[in-house]
Amino acid sequence: MNDLFAYTLRLGDDALIAAQRTAEWIAAAPQLEEDVALGNIGLDQLGQARSLLQYAGEVEGAGRSEDDLAYFRDEREFVNLQLCELPNGDFASAMARLLYFATYQQLLYDELRSCADETLAGVAGKAVKEVAYHVDHATQWVLRLGDGTEESHRRMQAALDALWPYTAEMFSSDELVQRLEVAVDPSTLQDEWERRVLAVVDESTCSRPVSSYQHSGGRSGRHTEHLGYLLAELQYVARSHPGATW
Amino acid sequence: MSVEPLWEVFVRSRRGLSHTHVGSLHAPDATMALRNARDVYTRRQEGVSIWVVRASDITASSPDEKDEFFDPAGDKVYRHPTFYQVPEGVEHL
Repeated sequence: MNDLFAYTLRLGDDALIAAQRTAEWIAAAPQLEEDVALGNIGLDQLGQARSLLQYAGEVEGAGRSEDDLAYFRDEREFVNLQLCELPNGDFASAMARLLYFATYQQLLYDELRSCADETLAGVAGKAVKEVAYHVDHATQWVLRLGDGTEESHRRMQAALDALWPYTAEMFSSDELVQRLEVAVDPSTLQDEWERRVLAVVDESTCSRPVSSYQHSGGRSGRHTEHLGYLLAELQYVARSHPGATW
Repeated sequence: MSVEPLWEVFVRSRRGLSHTHVGSLHAPDATMALRNARDVYTRRQEGVSIWVVRASDITASSPDEKDEFFDPAGDKVYRHPTFYQVPEGVEHL
């Protein structure tokens, strides 16, 4: 497996799995306006996934298309962050995840847009504006839920706490990102990420999450028990009717 | 289920035009109303600027006053600039 393929696949899988979870909110959000907002955000993520997986297929050189990569790989071949695959939970969880993940993506894409690989730089340049809006959307909600009613504060705090043990995985460095010149070493993003996220947490009147344990494994294909169910729904039609067009 | 206030949304489709009423939405406050408006009403590049106004802040004419408000203008044709001769070849008038 060549390095550029492996790296692009990580970025693409994060975006694809995040898009699938975001899309699950459509018609289930607390208000119609939020349905549309999350629809837009999910489609942004899906657009990033498509560009990245298409490019991954190209650099792999084995003739796999974006659809082949999205629909015909099994759980252990997906290299997304576990944070992206966790079930949606309540609306506070959705906003906590979006704050954590979109802030990470924003910092990552911002670095990546000046990398030497023209395609990755191009995708990142377009996506960085999209994710800036995702960060803003999540921020607005975290502030309002955290500093809202007693119940909304309780739920916001619970969501921030529950997802915190899945955040360190975003920043774990490995041989691949150190070896591959165009890759951004995510460990370099962690300080700024914490500064931004914790500023929102502080302002929301929630307390800073702490955790003695951090999950990992997504980058090497080890996932939570939830990814299989997600993929079953994502891949069912394409696998039942391979090659179908409409 | 929403008990949030109603907001009226005005979008300017491009520079030089005025903001036009496009619809309404619910949001807890002005900041969120602006963001909701962006998501609901400009997702297909409909605008370059958005105003949101709390619906309850709008003072509107009442249908009951329709007669005295609008009917008197009905027979005043001299208010229309239709009696001027426009010289030939004048553009942008």
